[in-house]
Amino acid sequence: MDLMSLTAVELGRKIKAKEVTVREAVLAAYDKIDEKEAELNCYVTTTKEAALAKADEVQAKIDAGELTGPLAGVPVAIKDNMCTKGVLTTCSSKILENFVPTFTAEAVINLEKAGAVILGKTNMDEFAMGSTTETSHYGATKNPWNTKHVPGGSSGGSAAAVAAEECSFALGSDTGGSIRQPSSYCGVTGMKPTYGTVSRYGLIAYGSSLDQIGPIARDVTDCATILEAIASYDPKDSTSIKRDDYDFTSALVDDVKGMKIGIPKDYLIEGLNPEVKDAIMNAAHKLEEKGAVVEEFDLSLVEYAIPAYYVIACAEASSNLARFDGVKYGYRTPEYNELHEMYKKTRSEGFGPEVKRRIMLGSFVLSSGYYDAYYLKALRTKALIKQAFDKAFSKYDIILGPVAPTTAPEIGSSLADPIKMYLGDIYTISVNLAGLPGISVPGGFDSKVLPIGVQMIGNCFEEKKIIRAAYAFEQSLKAERI
Amino acid sequence: MREYETVIGLEVHVELATKTKIFCGCSTAFGGAPNTHTCPVCTGMPGSLPVLNKQVVEYAMAVGLATNCAITQNCKFDRKNYFYPDNPQNYQISQLYYPICRNGHVDIEVDGVKKSIGIHEIHMEEDAGKLIHDEWEDCSLVDFNRSGVPLIEIVSEPDMRSAEEVIAYLEKLRMTIQYLGASDCKMQEGSMRADVNISVREVGASEFGTRTEMKNLNSFKSIARAIEGERNRQIELIEDGKKVVQETRRWDDSKESSYAMRSKEDAQDYRYFPEPDLVPIVISDEWIARVKSQQPEFREEKKARYQEEFGLPEYDADIITGTKHLADIFEEATKICGKPKKVSNWIMGETMRLLKEKEMDPEDITFAPENLAKIVNLADAGTINNTAAKEVFEAVFNDNVDPDVYVEEHKMKQVNDEGALREAIEKVIAENPQSVDDYHNGKEKAIGFLVGQTMKAMKGKANPAMVNQILKELL
Repeated sequence: MDLMSLTAVELGRKIKAKEVTVREAVLAAYDKIDEKEAELNCYVTTTKEAALAKADEVQAKIDAGELTGPLAGVPVAIKDNMCTKGVLTTCSSKILENFVPTFTAEAVINLEKAGAVILGKTNMDEFAMGSTTETSHYGATKNPWNTKHVPGGSSGGSAAAVAAEECSFALGSDTGGSIRQPSSYCGVTGMKPTYGTVSRYGLIAYGSSLDQIGPIARDVTDCATILEAIASYDPKDSTSIKRDDYDFTSALVDDVKGMKIGIPKDYLIEGLNPEVKDAIMNAAHKLEEKGAVVEEFDLSLVEYAIPAYYVIACAEASSNLARFDGVKYGYRTPEYNELHEMYKKTRSEGFGPEVKRRIMLGSFVLSSGYYDAYYLKALRTKALIKQAFDKAFSKYDIILGPVAPTTAPEIGSSLADPIKMYLGDIYTISVNLAGLPGISVPGGFDSKVLPIGVQMIGNCFEEKKIIRAAYAFEQSLKAERI
Repeated sequence: MREYETVIGLEVHVELATKTKIFCGCSTAFGGAPNTHTCPVCTGMPGSLPVLNKQVVEYAMAVGLATNCAITQNCKFDRKNYFYPDNPQNYQISQLYYPICRNGHVDIEVDGVKKSIGIHEIHMEEDAGKLIHDEWEDCSLVDFNRSGVPLIEIVSEPDMRSAEEVIAYLEKLRMTIQYLGASDCKMQEGSMRADVNISVREVGASEFGTRTEMKNLNSFKSIARAIEGERNRQIELIEDGKKVVQETRRWDDSKESSYAMRSKEDAQDYRYFPEPDLVPIVISDEWIARVKSQQPEFREEKKARYQEEFGLPEYDADIITGTKHLADIFEEATKICGKPKKVSNWIMGETMRLLKEKEMDPEDITFAPENLAKIVNLADAGTINNTAAKEVFEAVFNDNVDPDVYVEEHKMKQVNDEGALREAIEKVIAENPQSVDDYHNGKEKAIGFLVGQTMKAMKGKANPAMVNQILKELL
């Protein structure tokens, strides 16, 4: 039996039924890692020894009946921007090449409580800045479907590890699409929850007002199950929200009868690859067949989302990344004469070009005389985008659209033209600006056999609606395959 | 020579008396081995997030309400970005766009002239750590114990015109904040710090002159000296036809002069923007009403009550209420012994004398009010006489001793035994015939000598009233 081809929930069930031990599951994951890592480079750090020790510990708790949840004993990979106590956490940057946190991120603690076993830390775009995982200081990750192509980003390591079966599931973080877009490119299911649903405590910030941790997994059932485990109200995160409902798995129902689904006409514009468009329209058709009501509508303001996002995210990043200065932890330049030279050399040598570009952009838009013209205007745009979504959700239960305009590009084709790369975020970033939940589910392949993701967006706190729609869509694809 | 007017505005930083820091649960206690009052939040570790200490908001509101400010009911924190090793995140969480308090004023009085000093705003922020330069190792170390200690910055309008007004304003602020219990406001320990903005202009001019900002002022005296020094420096520049440069200057109190730290041109761009890790603070009408209802009795009310309720002279009431600590001692001791006038006498007399002698401030008093109450009772009951009481008081003042134990240990109880006194006095009369003669010859003063001799014989413990009475009788 190939344990790693199972979904997390299936594997968890087998462990619970004593058909498989936790150790066997963890070893199966490391077998896959050993087999594929050299080619794919999904991980920055693996922690086999600790994982095996943990496996035995978890097994004992399962045997004692202390751990009964669906994820008990299931091996997981964590994006390398979430703090893990005692385990290197680099954000795929040179500047944190030696940084070992003293505490563990709340979302990871929640997973540990659920009995998941951490395999290691996954590769990403440096500080989550990028859409291809090519900006990592530790080398690019390759797309398991075609290693000439990128896995997407910034959670490319997590998405590729799930797709390559190098873990049962993974955690990613999503500031402008960093969970959904690589999930789409790698043919896996990834979900960004409503802002405030998963604690950001221990997530090394990129754009604090946009960052949100979420699951990357094999299917919708896994995503809902994982979200149920990691979501919590955390007093340590002031932007954390106490929700009434954490029972996301209750929405795993194959029923969309009467559900109103809107497709923004603005999303089906020039630049959208026709094969991707076909996949979206096919998804709409499948849901219609199951009784949903689908119509196109004008969302408006779509073209303003990208500039607003880059202004806000970079402004916050320029400040969030100021602490990496060589004084307290991380990389410090070996030679310097005085403090300011130490700062300059450390940061010049420690950060990669994309990070520097965004720090400079962010510093510029916040600087005296430009604040109103850029930052304040971006905040106003953000508010207007939220209003446009509010209006849409007064009519529709969910919004359906693409995740990205194309399938995964070839390695080396994106970084040369950052503006073009930024434009690729058009379908994902407004979701972050409005704080909404969004899910990317596999919706077929293009002619090059690269996966295409379908995005479903819900109103704030309405994860259950997108889980239900995504689940129904997934079921119809499964039925088709059979 | 032309006549000039000094225009002064103040930025006063006050460390709040919360037990824990503004954005984490670490202790704010002063001292402590370096980096022992720290956690991931106040050392700026990646992934850590701030959580606002509500008590900071309450104190800031209390100070704002006591200084007649309007409370910003939807206030926010902003990040002030600058690089310095004592600032672990390389940004300080402060308030720029929506400070918690605005548009207040405090009333001061200088030489009988009353004046209102405007308060532009009060905002909350976090303190930085401390750099320690190790000359021996030729390196700098950072202690983050102070990092995240809550501060409020009180920004005045440029309404002051002299050092006297500045001192009166600062004293008023200090008193108000101490009465609120929001801070101990000790300038020497840095829990109250003032930066002074100064400009000069010709009397009658409508425009302000170019201002400079003076830093590193550690006492009221250095503030007064710095104002005088900076006023003269600016006037000299103008008289010489030169221009005052807008800059930040550092006062060197030992040299009684200042030097430029940075000019407006090198002024840093702090790139303020709203702190995304904290949600806006929504202050309800009810919250404001509650903080208002908890405001203590301030100096003016207390002073009036002391005169009314305890019959203290205005002067005494003024001195005692001049420091919250002194007023607290007075009230507590009075509550215990029920003799406000006697308690007041001890404060106005011996306490003030010892403070002056030891060059201490009333805030430095360490004795417990119940020990003062005990002395009042001991003296009142005639257990010790006045001279002995003063001695006991000094011991209480210095070491907060228990007066009952002290009197017992030092055998200081007054002798009220008539037989013993009579015996001693008879002996003194026998030994001093000259004085006895003098007395009989009308020299009233001679009796004083005889009293003195008796007291000496009784080692100072004799009841003076009884000695007087018996002496007169025997003579």
